[in-house]
Parts: sequence; structure tokens; C-alpha cells
Amino acid sequence: MLKRTDYLTKNYGKPDGFSLQVYESSGGYRAARRVLTLPREAVIEEAKKAHVRGRGGAGFDCGTKWSFMPKPGGGKPHYLVINADEGEPGTFKDRTIMEQNPHAVLEGCMIGMYAIGANACYIYVRDELHLAKQRLWDAIHEARAKGYLGELPFGNNYPLQIYVHTGAGAYICGEETSLLNSLEGRRGEPRLKPPFPAQAGAFGCPTTVNNVETVAIMPTVFTLGGDAFSKLSDLHAWNDGGVRLFGVSGHVKRPGIYECAVGLTLRELIYDLGGGIEGGRELLGVIPGGSSCPVHLPNEVVHVPNNPKFEMFNGKSILDLPLGVDPFRIVGSMLGTCCAIVLSDAADPVLAMQNLMRFYKHESCGQCTPCREGCGWLERIFDKVVEGTATLDELDQVHEIASNITGNTICAFGDGAAQPALAFVRKYREQFEDYILGQGRSQTGRLAI
Amino acid sequence: MAFVLSQERERELTEILSRYPNKMAACIPVLHLCQNANGNWLSPDAIQFVADRLELSPAHVKGVVTFYSLFNEHPPGKHQIWVCRTLSCALRGSDAILEHCQKRLGVGVGQTTADGRFTLRTAECLASCGTAPMMQVDKTYYEQLTPEKVDRILAALSKD
Ligand SMILES: Cc1cc2nc3c(=O)[nH]c(=O)nc-3n(C[C@H](O)[C@H](O)[C@H](O)COP(=O)(O)O)c2cc1C
Ligand code: SF4
Ligand code: FES
Repeated sequence: MLKRTDYLTKNYGKPDGFSLQVYESSGGYRAARRVLTLPREAVIEEAKKAHVRGRGGAGFDCGTKWSFMPKPGGGKPHYLVINADEGEPGTFKDRTIMEQNPHAVLEGCMIGMYAIGANACYIYVRDELHLAKQRLWDAIHEARAKGYLGELPFGNNYPLQIYVHTGAGAYICGEETSLLNSLEGRRGEPRLKPPFPAQAGAFGCPTTVNNVETVAIMPTVFTLGGDAFSKLSDLHAWNDGGVRLFGVSGHVKRPGIYECAVGLTLRELIYDLGGGIEGGRELLGVIPGGSSCPVHLPNEVVHVPNNPKFEMFNGKSILDLPLGVDPFRIVGSMLGTCCAIVLSDAADPVLAMQNLMRFYKHESCGQCTPCREGCGWLERIFDKVVEGTATLDELDQVHEIASNITGNTICAFGDGAAQPALAFVRKYREQFEDYILGQGRSQTGRLAI
Repeated sequence: MAFVLSQERERELTEILSRYPNKMAACIPVLHLCQNANGNWLSPDAIQFVADRLELSPAHVKGVVTFYSLFNEHPPGKHQIWVCRTLSCALRGSDAILEHCQKRLGVGVGQTTADGRFTLRTAECLASCGTAPMMQVDKTYYEQLTPEKVDRILAALSKD
């Protein structure tokens, strides 16, 4: 159900809305001030009650992730690392928080550091986001000057430091172990797991990696209380709590970022918030949460028998299924980053697939043969389809190549490249065949309206 | 000539080192610092300088430089332009924007204008999909582009 909120976004667009003064005058830093006086275990318990599912794409429960960290005092420092690499095509929410509400990020980092027993936090921002980096550094300097960061934050004997670290242009550095290698000054190649970051992460020390939005919502969690926060969501009963940022781009009248209670549907995102399809066109398909999720057609119907939680959704359009981590996982899709890409029927789905596979081919780090070779192979097939030189056999090979990538790689990039290919080719089979049988003739031949 | 940093940048380097538990972690930030000080590229001397200062092998530093797309091993033009071409931008006309840039500047993707002023490149999703089509010029994002807007931006940059 559509419920707009403004916990993270209330100062967006206001003059100086990103300053410490504006942040504090709307209640900022009260949560961290209080959290730093609580026992560490109580902080984690409260975070668990909030059911904040990781906003970086995998949807893991944040409080639970924090609880995996070893007890402090094991001889090694602990680190909090914030993933601000935001590179998943279609995703543009974290940038708005860093640029327009950087103090919420910092306050969330303080709460997170305290919860996991860390005294230092690195915010890994992709290099291109120069304004975001500047706003974060400015906010850090403001918070240090006030004594909120440093040796005695809010007068507590619990030193806290936050640093901004920059990448240098590589989508794969958003994968958390690749990000850790990059933070350590290495090539950004994903690591084999185990060990998991909570055991041996940054600099070989216990580390939690959280997405920007995941921590930025924590001040709200501790202001409202975990349970009250969770209940803002329609999916509280699914342990998917609170509010989050939803994005919509592509062929809608009002692309943008909208903060809403969890439980919003794609239909509400596209038509109520996004203003509907541009140019009087019809909806061709929607990718729910960043390009690594499978595309959905408007006529897809939810069908999950023998699951009481799905009784109210079975038989309905996928556009009316609430955008939650588990509902989307159970129907075989993925929620991802909750930033949807909308294609109208002016767009050619074959060209959309070609565009995305070029991206994946370009961004594969090349460590695993199935990913490196598979993405290259898929890219060549889609290029040939568009040129009109592919055969139906080659189109059928897409399934085999993508299936060989899935599950056979070091990191989830491989699956993220394979899943969209499988979905596009299966769901837009007719358009792919048109290209092949018509020697490159297609229905629209373009992506832009 | 051996690569050196100005006093101010040397202070910055010291401050960067203070953020991390070891020197290697400063590798990417220090490479950015040197690239910014050196007309936006990393010469072999600059790479050697970073290796010496961070007590790393030149091979390690070179391996890092070649992994990341924003490190240049050759001097680019005075202004670098990146036109985003990933799906959300493509759905809103990035192809036309890129074509327009190519026509205006008279260069292809990856090339630098004869006067050394502009290098034209493409980028993958720059987290600005809601205001597509967009491009980055040096450190600034330009969003909701039209060909006319591109003309105004290029004209302003041609004068400075
Ligand atoms: C290829 C790839 C790219 C990713 N990119 C990002 C990213 O840009 N930002 C992000 O927060 N998470 C990204 N992730 C997910 C992270 O690995 C990790 O799950 C996340 O940062 C954990 O934070 P959360 O639990 O707070 O969501 C990516 C994962 C993969 C496999
Ligand atoms: S799956 Fe792809 S991106 Fe991930 S480690 Fe293997 S080659 Fe690199
Ligand atoms: S696709 Fe261009 S900014 Fe995201």
C-alpha cells in the first residue's frame, strides 16, 4: 500500500538541508547520543526488532548481521565499512542520501560502530560521486568540531572516527569482498568466502559491510524504537520492516526517488509515484530493483500454491505484489535495490538486453572462467541478434551459457548477469525471434521514446 | 624528471596515511592525489613515486592502476567528458546525446580533440538514472540533457 514518509528525506532540497544545524534542529543526533550509553547487546536487540533488510541488494537483516560479529576485545580491531559504491544500473538512491542528508549517514555509522564494537568506519564512495564525497567530508568535519566524532563522542569514552575512502571506477567494487580488497589498496577482485567479513574482513579484522541506506535509517529506528519502526511496514509480519527509498527511472513521467513504507507495489511506484508511462504508451516490462533482477511483464500473475502468506496475492498481477525481499524471492524474482527501470512499448527489449550485457561484459573482473567467458559469449550472441546474423540455435544457447554461469562463480556478479539474460530471452522470445527471422528487422528498433 | 608533489599535496599525503592502519590502503587515494597533480594522468614516474612512498612494488601499483577505469596512463584532454550509456539513460536518449557530442567535438569515443581541450568517453551507470540522460564533465554532473544544453555546456568550457 502506498504510504509516503519523510524520515530520511524531509530536508531534501532545503537550503543547507545537508548541514549539521538543520539536521539537529529536526531531531538529529539524539538517537546516537542515547545509543552510546546503552549496553552493546541491547543495541543489537533493538536493531533486530526493526527488521531492516539490507538496502544494498541482498536483503539480509541488518541487526542479525551485526550480531554475527565476534565480541570486542579479541585482540583485533573491528571495522564498519559502508558500501557507497552505488553502481547497479538503475540505482540512484544512496547518492541522494549522501548529498542531501549526510549527517543521517554519519549518525547511522556511529550507531553501527557502537553495535559491532568498532572505533573506525570507512565509507567507500565511488570516485565519480564528487559532491557526495564533499558533503560527507564536510559533515565529518562539522561532527568532529562538535565533539560528536573523536575521542569522547557526546562525552562517552568510546572513540569514533569516520573516513571517506574513494574507489576509482569499477562496478565490481560494490561486491563486498571486492570492496574490501579495494579499501586495502588492491585490485578490486572478489574474495572466496569463507572467511566471511565478520571473521576476517578489512585488514584481516572482523568487519561488517553495510549499505549507505541501511545505516542511514538507523537513527530513525532508534528514535521510534525497533518494533514501532518495523510496524510502519505492510510486511512487518514478513520480518521486512519500516520505510525505505524507492526509485523509478526509464519511461515514466516523473522519474525519481520516493520514500515510502515497505509494502509499496510496482503499480503504485510506476503509476502513482512515477506518474505513469510517458508519451501515452503502454508498459512493456519493469526491472524491479537494479539491472541484475529479472524483468517482469505486466501480465505476469502471482502463483505460489501451499503458502498461506500468498493466499491474498495469488491470481493477482506481479505489479500488485508488495515490494518485499521475501515475496519477490519466493516468486523467483529479486527485490534488489528497489530502484525500478521501466520500459514502455516504444522500447525494443532486444536492444535493452544488448545494452545490459555489454555492461556486464565490461564489468566482469575476469577471475572466474564461466563469468568472464560467459558474459563475452552472451554479448556476442546479442550483438549478432541485433545485426541480424544470429541463428535460432544461438538464441537457444543463451539458456545453456547463462545456466553454466549461475552458481559456478566466486561472487554473485555471475548470477546477476545471467538472470536478466534468462528472463529477457524467455519473456521476449517473440521479439528476439523477429530479429533473427527478419535478418535484423525489429518491432521498434530503438530504446528511447 | 622524478615525480614530486607540492608542499600542500605532501601534507595531504601525510593526512591520507593517517586514516589507515597500513600504507597499502592509501594506494588508491594517493594515486588520485598524484593524478590530480599531474594533469589527470599517471606517468611511470608517478607510479614509481607512489610505490616508493607506500613501500609497495611498482608491479603492485601498476596492477592497481590498470584495474580501475578512472586511472589514466596517458594524458587526456583538459576536460574529460563521460556520457552515461547504460539502460536508464539509453531509455531517455543517451545515444542521441553521445552522437551530438561526437558531432560537435569532431571526435569518436575515447578520442581527444585536436586542440587538446576535450576527451570524450562513455560511462556505465553513474547513479543519476532519475535525471537521465546525463553526463559527467570533470567533477560535475550535468543532468536531464538535451542537445541544446550540451551545446551550452561545451561552449562554456571552450572559453575557460
Ligand atoms: C556485483 C555486485 C555489486 C554490488 N554493488 C553494490 C553497491 O553498489 N552497493 C551496495 O550497497 N551493495 C552492493 N552489492 C551488495 C554487497 O555485496 C553487500 O551485500 C551489501 O553492501 C551489504 O549491505 P546491506 O546488508 O546493508 O545491504 C553488490 C553485490 C554484487 C554481487
Ligand atoms: S563472478 Fe565474475 S565478477 Fe565475480 S569474481 Fe567471478 S569473474 Fe569476477
Ligand atoms: S543509467 Fe545513466 S546514470 Fe544510471
